[in-house]
Order: sequence, then C-alpha cells, then structure tokens
Amino acid sequence: MAEVKEFAGKIKPDWCPGCGDYGVLNALQRALADLDIAPHNVLVVSGIGCSSNLPGFINAYGFHGLHGRSLPVAAGARLANHGLTVLVTGGDGDGYGIGVGHFVHTCRRNINMTYIVMDNQIYGLTTGQASPTTEKDIRTKSTPEGTIEIPLNPIALALTCGATYVARGFSGENLQLANLLKGAIEHKGFSLVDVFSPCVTYNKHNTYPWFRERVYKLEDERHDPSDFRLAMEKAFEWGARIPIGLFYKVERPTYEDEDPTLRSGIPLVKQPAGRANLAEIMQDFM
Amino acid sequence: MAQARDELTVWIGGAAGDGIASAGESFSKACTRAGYHVFAYNSYQSVIRGGHVCMHVRIGRQKVWTHGDTCNYLIALNQDTFKRYAKKVTPGGAVFYNTDKFKASASDVGPDVQLIGLPVMELVGNQLMQNTALMGAFLGAVGLDPTKMRELIQERFTKKGEAVIKANVDAFDKGIDFANTKAKPAGVRIGASDGKPRLLGSGNAIVGFGAVAAGCQFYAAYPMTPASSILHWLAQYGPKAGMLVKQAEDEIAVINMTVGAAHAGVRAMCGTSGGGFALMTEGIGEAGMTETPIVILEAQRGGPSTGLPTKTEQADLFQVLGASQGDFPKIVLAPCTLPECFTLTIRAFNLADRYQCPVIIMSDLYLAERNETLEGLEIRNIPIDRGPLLTQWNGAAYHRYEDTPTGVSPRAIPGTEGAVHVAATDEHDEDGILISDVFSNPPARVKIMSKRMRKIEHALKELPPPQLEGPADAELTLVGWGSTYSVLREAMDALNREGLSVNLLAPRVLAPFQGEAVGKLLAGTKITLAVEANYTGQLARLIRMETGFAIRHHLHKFDGEPFEPRQVIDHARTILKTKPKEPVIVIAVSDEGLPPDFSPIASPALGAETARQH
Repeated sequence: MAEVKEFAGKIKPDWCPGCGDYGVLNALQRALADLDIAPHNVLVVSGIGCSSNLPGFINAYGFHGLHGRSLPVAAGARLANHGLTVLVTGGDGDGYGIGVGHFVHTCRRNINMTYIVMDNQIYGLTTGQASPTTEKDIRTKSTPEGTIEIPLNPIALALTCGATYVARGFSGENLQLANLLKGAIEHKGFSLVDVFSPCVTYNKHNTYPWFRERVYKLEDERHDPSDFRLAMEKAFEWGARIPIGLFYKVERPTYEDEDPTLRSGIPLVKQPAGRANLAEIMQDFM
Repeated sequence: MAQARDELTVWIGGAAGDGIASAGESFSKACTRAGYHVFAYNSYQSVIRGGHVCMHVRIGRQKVWTHGDTCNYLIALNQDTFKRYAKKVTPGGAVFYNTDKFKASASDVGPDVQLIGLPVMELVGNQLMQNTALMGAFLGAVGLDPTKMRELIQERFTKKGEAVIKANVDAFDKGIDFANTKAKPAGVRIGASDGKPRLLGSGNAIVGFGAVAAGCQFYAAYPMTPASSILHWLAQYGPKAGMLVKQAEDEIAVINMTVGAAHAGVRAMCGTSGGGFALMTEGIGEAGMTETPIVILEAQRGGPSTGLPTKTEQADLFQVLGASQGDFPKIVLAPCTLPECFTLTIRAFNLADRYQCPVIIMSDLYLAERNETLEGLEIRNIPIDRGPLLTQWNGAAYHRYEDTPTGVSPRAIPGTEGAVHVAATDEHDEDGILISDVFSNPPARVKIMSKRMRKIEHALKELPPPQLEGPADAELTLVGWGSTYSVLREAMDALNREGLSVNLLAPRVLAPFQGEAVGKLLAGTKITLAVEANYTGQLARLIRMETGFAIRHHLHKFDGEPFEPRQVIDHARTILKTKPKEPVIVIAVSDEGLPPDFSPIASPALGAETARQH
C-alpha cells in the first residue's frame, strides 16, 4: 500500500477554510494510496470551478480543461490510453449545468473512469449564483426572490442514463467517501460519485449541520445496490432523511471491451501507429 | 462517324433515391479503370427521397480540372430533369430517358440532339433498373467499352447475390443492345485513353487516407454535411489501420475528445463543417493553451447559420482564422487539389506535433465531395515527425512548458514516470502551475505568452512558400484558394491557349500568413483578379490586411454552385481586353433557375463595399 503523502500535490489548495472540497481531496488521496496506484499512471481531468482546481493539488497527471468539458477530454484520453486510471473532478455547475449533455452520454458509454462531482448546490467561483442542484426557493445572487426551477437529481439522472456505479458521499463522512471512491475506481465501467461538499461562503442553506442532521448511510440499512428499482426509489429520497452510500452497481461490458481497436487490451498509445497497410487500403480508390 | 474528341460530359439527373450517385460513381470508376481522367460533381439538395439531384461526370483523355460547363449527354431519370436540362445538351449529343415515365419530342431539344427513349418495363421488366439500362444505352451510343462498367456492376451487387448481379448486368446489356439497334451512333465521342491505371477519390476520402497514412489513431466527429463522408470512410477503413473512430454527442464533445486523445499521446483528428466548427471554437483555444497537437478538418458549406447544407461556399475563412478568444499559435492549411488533400493532411499532423498547436485543414463541399481521378499517391516513406514527444524521462526536474529558444517544449504524456504535471487552460507557468489565481504576475504572463507565440515564428520558416503558377510575367494574375483553384487552373490554361497571358496565385497556407512572400509575388503582377466563392472576398481582404496589397478586380459567387470555368474565362478575358480603369466587381451566378431579367453586375452594396477597399 502506498503512502497518502505520495499523492500530495506541489500546490497548497487555495479553497476557503472549511470548504468541503478539502475532505474530497483527502478521501481521494487515501483511496489512491490504498489501491496502490502509481501517481504517474493517474490522470485527473477537470473543468472550471473551485472544485475543478483539484488536479493542481494532487500528485498525478492533470488536465485542467474548459468549463463543462472535462468528461469528453477524459473519454478521449482514456480511449487513447486505457492503461491509465482516469478520474474526473468538478462541480455541480460544471457537470450538471453547462456540461450535462456530456454527462448524459458519458453514462451511456460506460467508459471505465470515475467522475467525482463536488456538489455544493451553488456557483462558488463566480461568487454565488444558483446552480442546477440549488433547491427550490433558495435566494442567491442571481435569484434574489428565490429559485423557481426545481433541482436536477444527479443520482436518478445517472441511473437512467446507464451509469454502472452510482454513489453519493458527504465530505463530512471521510472514511465512507474514501471507500466509495475506492469502489468507484476499482469498478470496471463509468462511476459517478456525487459528493455533498458544502460551500461555506455562498451556500448558507445546505451547510455541514444541515447535512449532518439528515444524511444516513445506505449500507447501515442494508440497501441492495444490485436492485435498480430500489436505487431509483432511494434517489428520490430527500428532506428529513437523505441517503448517502452506494445506490447502484452493475457489471456491463465497457466501451473499451467492445471497441474494435481496443479489444486486444493493448492501449491505443502503445499500439504501433502508422502500421496501416496503405497499399491495401488504396485499393478502395481503384 | 464523328471525329473523336478529347473529352465528353454526361449529366445524370433525377430524384434523390433514384440511384444517381451510385450509377455516377460506378461510371466514374469504370472510366478511371479504363484509363480516362474523370471529374464528377454531384449537385443535390437536402432531401433523402425525391427532390432533384444531378451528377455531372466529365471524362477526358488528359487531366480534367473541373466538372466543366457543358452537357454533351443527359441521362434523365425523370421528367423534371428532362425539363431542366434537355435544351442544354450540345449538338451531336443525346438524351437518354425512360419512355414509361414521360414522352419527349424533338422540339424539346436543340438541333442535332438525339432522343433515345427506352421502354424500360418492356426491355428489362423492372423500373428499379432504369438507371442501369439507361447507362447501358449511353455507353452503347457513345461507343465506350462496357467491360469495366460491367465489372463495377458486379462489384456493387456482390453482397446481394448472383441473381441480382445477373439481373443488373442483363439490364445494362439490354440498354447497350437497344442503343446499337434502335439509335444512331452518337456524334460526340471520346478518343482512346492512355490506359494508365489511376485512382479515383473524393477530397474527404483522400483526407481520411492521409490521416491513416500519417498514423492518426483517433478520429471523432458529429455528422454534418459535407464532412460526414470522411466519418463514413474512416469508420470503414480506420479500425483496419488501428484508428479508433468515435461519433460523439456534439461537436463540443468531439473537439474535447480529440484534445484528450492527443493529450494522452496519440495523433488525433476531428472533422466538421462551419456550424460544427463554431461549436468547437472554445476547444481550439484549449488545444492552443494546453499546447496539445490536434488536426481539424473544416469542410465549408453555404452559410451563414444552417445556410445551404448541401451547397458549396468559401465563407468561413475569418471564422477559422479568428476561432477562439485570445492570441495563440494556430496553423491553417488550404489544400487545392486531391493530391494536396493527402500531402497536406500528413503535413498537418507533423506541424501539429512539431509546434504543439491546433492545425486546421480548410476544405469545402466542392473539394470534399467531388470524385476526381488522381495519379498514384506516394505511400512509401511517409514523413512522420512527432516533434519533442517523450514517453520516458531522465529523472531531472520536468517542466512541461519549458521556455525554449523555439518556444516548443518537450511533451511528456501521462503515464511517463517522473514527468507528472498539469496541462491547464488557465494561464500557467513553465511547470503548468496556474498563475491565473495569483493577484497579478505580469512577468510570468509575458514569459509564457511569448514562449507560445514564438512557436509560430519558427513554423513560418518551414511552411511551403507560396508560388505563382503559369508564366511569371503574365498580364493577368488570378488569385484564389481551396476548391476554386481547379477552376482557376482550367481557366488559366484555356486563356493561355487563346494566346492571352495569365498566371495564378493560390496560397496553401492561410495562417500564419506568409505576408512577406505573398506581398512580394503580388508586387510583381500587372492586373489582379480575385476569384472566391463568397460574398465579401475574404481571401482578398486577408491579403490586403497582411500585405497592404489591394487586389484590383473581383469575381464572387455565393449561389451555392461551384464556379463554372466559362464564368472565370469570360470575365478574365473581358478584363484583359478592356483594361477597365476602375475596379470591377462581378457576381457570377449559375444560370439554373436564374430570372430572365437578372443582370450579372455587382450589387450596389457590394460595389460600395469593395470601392472602400481601394
């Protein structure tokens, strides 16, 4: 087992003191260390937002891309080298707002990678506007009279779109979160780990105490994560009790298993390039 | 029998779904195999069944540069086609049609044009094979050897079994028979070919083949005319060559997947048309900022917006040049011919890897979808240069964006031990560490920005220099780019044969613009005429911006159809003969559906606009 400190990045995180993202970073470093993955074999892809700064704070390869476009970058990288452990990190605005189209299709694709969404139900980096997961009637800078739209349900969306590992963590439950992340990384297929990661600066509603009063662990209630209907039912549980843990897990062939160029198991980048039989292909033009 | 000519042109028209494209492609291939030069252009509309389609196939004993502007023979699969084009058929030609579909009389066609009507049902017993039977009659009447066409019919129906092959070959042979027994030999005939084997391909397929030859291992796309056929070609041939081909949910995903794949170390490319490119824009800047080598094909169609989906235009130049916010190195190449679709695609990958930046290949429908004969491509010793790409690192401190004399930094791919780093779209330092969140850091910003921009100065030195084609001291210089080149080339040759003196300038590199070299060439010209398939003369504007040289006369076309050689030849001749004192701006329009009172003079708006340029 590797040491957690092997995954410490060169840069000290500049998140606000008390930000939920610290807990997510710690849990992720612990999960990678427990799984004994070498840092140079990990690629962390992110978009834009507070949580998307994470690749700078962890010792691993990183790609800090455009707002909302982390999933297709990660998909391209993973298809080009499926020897890498590919992780995607970002926030609710990045993944469920501007990037939700990619989220839907990435679930469908079942490329083996792990998507960690630090869901704080607000736009933090742009100083506090309503996000796709902001609850109804919440006042924010962009909704001074309260939000009119109902929030998006990431767990239910991932389930209906075909994600094969769907979990929710809470940055205040670090051990469980590390285990959920370990499970997600080990899972062969596309995993979503949506994490309640409170924004202590701009979200005065969904705070640590708010979550502590409400969350309960699915494993404590012997939830069966192989039961899709039950997972859907749990996905809609919100209010006095909010479940965290593994909602659903299923084995399905991955994209890498079925693509004709990857079936051999050899990553594309390790396959010899330009080995095409050009003379044979040129017959098409004759 | 009439004297054999050097070329002939047949138009095959009907509704979408009548099998025109497949008949035209088989015929083009048969002629190529028989040693003729072919140029086939399919004019079609955005309709899957019905509507109107017309395939122009021109064959020659020597190189034919365009689909031309002549109709020697018409194969009319329906009455609509007949009505549109019967009068265009030149003397000595013929119209082939199905008498079950409509009646025709001698007054419908010009003098010395034969009407060859086949009773298709009686002859072959199946209306579905009318295209094959009419094709047979055409070959019979013009005396072309049917062997290769028969071969192509067999190949086309291989998967459908012996019975289907036999039925189609029979229909074809009955068509030939009909022409031989019921019609007079046709007047316009082509002489013997040199019999030399050549290739027949479309611009898109040749770009795809170039990508395969360059060792590209990843191609992503979202369907969009006229770029879709490269996706189809690569989906078929790519995996055989170890290329992963991915259709994504939209062009934003496409460009980002391409960047991801390239970041992980494989050569990666994507393709689209103007609308899809607009969506990709932010991703182009992402590749520029993270210094990720990618290749993008932009096959233009008529704009703006959804525009003319199945028609050609060259109006995306400024969109491509200006794609994405901020200043960053970007290379834009514009192949003019099919062989260049191959060589410049390979070059695009080498440039992308050498300078770690996005390289865009600009094409358009007329280049992308034409089928044209080309001499064999050089497929041995393909030059592959991956630039400073690292799969191993020596253990020293690694700086992804190291400030080097050329601005190009050694690029370690994920998975390389000892070279862990972050590639960021935020501004960053030599280590890839963000400086965007720093209060203010002018020195770091200036250093890294200058490092990136320096790459383009070095790229400029190795890009192929622009050249004048034709006589150096010509009276008139034609200026154009991309697909228009072939029309200008044909026009130049024709005018010089008339005894006039014309040459041609077509820059293949549009960014970084070789302003000094282009300016020098233009400074030595006498009269200049820019010919572009757009409204505003985008290349002429770019040239003026980069060189200060204002091209004198302008011929524009934005009706969706490609230039016809005659339009350029007539206009150039007029300029040479009349030597107008003031700049002349003319809009060329294909005469199909042209209102009788249309006057092909510049619109007042365009005139005023261009006058301001001078």
